[in-house]
Amino acid sequence: MDAKKVNGSGNGNAGPKEWRVKVGLAEMLKGGVIMDVTTADQARIAEKAGACAVMALERVPSDIRKEGGVARMASIKVIREIMATVTIPVMAKVRIGHFAEADVLQALEVDFIDESEVLTPADEENHIWKHDYRVPFVCGARNLGEALRRIAEGAAMIRTKGEAGSGNVVEAVRHMRTIVAQMKKLTLLRDDELMHEAKELGAPLDLIRQIAKTGKLPVPNFSAGGIATPADAALVRRLGAEAVFVGSGIFKSSDPEARAKAVVKATTHFDDPKAVLEAHEELGEAMKGLDIRQMEEKDMMSTRGW
Amino acid sequence: MKIGILAVQGDFAAHAAMLEGMGIETAEVRTPADLEGCDGLILPGGESTTQLQFLQEEGLAETIKKFVADGHAVFGTCAGAILLASDVENPKQESLGLLDMTVLRNGYGRQIASDVFSGKSTLKDEPLEMVFIRGPIIERTGPGIEILAKHAGKPAIVQKGRLLATTFHPELTSDTTVHEYFLRLAAESDSSKKNGTKVRAAKPERSKRELTSAKSST
Repeated sequence: MDAKKVNGSGNGNAGPKEWRVKVGLAEMLKGGVIMDVTTADQARIAEKAGACAVMALERVPSDIRKEGGVARMASIKVIREIMATVTIPVMAKVRIGHFAEADVLQALEVDFIDESEVLTPADEENHIWKHDYRVPFVCGARNLGEALRRIAEGAAMIRTKGEAGSGNVVEAVRHMRTIVAQMKKLTLLRDDELMHEAKELGAPLDLIRQIAKTGKLPVPNFSAGGIATPADAALVRRLGAEAVFVGSGIFKSSDPEARAKAVVKATTHFDDPKAVLEAHEELGEAMKGLDIRQMEEKDMMSTRGW
Repeated sequence: MKIGILAVQGDFAAHAAMLEGMGIETAEVRTPADLEGCDGLILPGGESTTQLQFLQEEGLAETIKKFVADGHAVFGTCAGAILLASDVENPKQESLGLLDMTVLRNGYGRQIASDVFSGKSTLKDEPLEMVFIRGPIIERTGPGIEILAKHAGKPAIVQKGRLLATTFHPELTSDTTVHEYFLRLAAESDSSKKNGTKVRAAKPERSKRELTSAKSST
C-alpha cells in the first residue's frame, strides 16, 4: 500500500523527477516575500511578519556595498542558527561559479541556493552546473538571454537582479520589463525567425521555442534588487513578478517589523490600491536610496554574471 | 461550476492551470468577497504560516468556516491540509480546525527530502503520482475521517464529507484524478444548494479492500 519511490537516489545527481521537485518549491513561494536576514532574531521577525522564506546572510547588500572587500558565502554558524529558528524555507547565497560553496550549502541542507551577483564572483566565465544538485537554485537575470542561460544550467527560479542594496527600484523595473518584452516578442515571431533570436539572445533554441509557444518562463519569475516600499513590491508584481525578494529594504529601514508586514500585504494585494495604501499607513522612513545614474560601473552588482 | 482558489500565497496558479485545462472556471480568492458565487474552494500549497496570517487578519478564516458549514466542498493540498487540520505540531500552530486530525509540519524534513513517489489510492486502479515538497505528515486521524491513500504508512489523502486533503501536490502532476474527485464533491454541494436538499458525499469508486489495513488512528 505504501507509495514506492519512483526515482532519485539521493546521491546528489538530479534527474527529471528532482527537477520537478525543485521547480515545485519555487511554485510554493509564489505570491510571497523572501526577506534577507542576518540574525536569528531578524529571521523570527520576518517569519512573524508573513515572509514565505528567508535569505540567510552575514551582511545585507547595502552593507556589503558600504564595507567593500570580498563578499563570500555566509558563515555556517549564522545560517545554522537561522535554520534552527524558523520553519519557513531558508535560502543562502553562494558566489557565482563557486560550486564548492554550493556543495557546502547542500551538505548543510539549506532549502534553496542563490548563485548571486551580490557576492564577489568566483568565476568570470562560468556559472555553476546546477542540474547536479538536489537543492534548487535561484539566479539573477537582467534580460531573457541571461535568464535562459541560467535555466539551461539548472536554475529552478529566476529573479531580476535589480541593483541590490540601492533602495532604488529602477533596475528591477528595467530588468522585469526587458524580460517580459523579450518573451512577448518571441510569441509573435515565425518559427524560421527563432534561430536568429536564439543567436541574438545567446540562449538555447529549445527554450526559445518553448517560450514562443507559452509566452512565459518555464520556471517561476520573481523580482529582486532595490525594493524598499510596499508600493515598490506592488509595482514589480504588476509588471509580472510572481513574488518578491526584499534585501536591505526591511532591516535597513527605521521600522523593520511594520515594514516587513506592509510589504507582505502589498505583495499579495498588489492589484488592490486600497490595500497597498493601507500597507503604507503609519510606515516610518524607508532606507536611504542611491541614485543609479551617479554610480560607477565598477560599483554595480547587476553587471556581474555572464 | 466555479471553484475559488485561495491566492494569498502559494501555488494557486498551478491549481488554476489544472482546473482551467479541465474546462472549469476558477476565481482567485484574496478577500471574503472573492468567495461569493464559488461552489468549492481550494487551499493550495505554500507556506502555511504566511497563509494563516492572511486568513486570520483579513476575515477569511471565518468566511471559509461558514462556507464549509453551508455544505460547500474544500480541498487542501500540503499547506492547505495543515490549515484544515484541528491540531498542528512542529511547532504548534493555529489552524481552521475543520478536519479532526493531527498534522506534523515539514514531517519529512527540509527540501532535500522532497521527492516524487507513486502509490495506490482508492481513486483509480493505476498508481497515483505523489509529489511531496517539504510535506506534512498526518500523525492522527479522528473518527469519521476516511483514508483514500497512504505514503510510507501515513495517510496521504483524507476525506470527511466534502472536505478533502492531500499531503502531496496533485496540481504539480498531469494526472487530474484527485481534482476530478474534488469536483464531484463540489458538484454535489452545488446541486444540494439548488435543490435545498442534502446530498451524500461522493464515495471513492474502488472498494476500500486494499486500504482496510489503514486504520483511522495512529
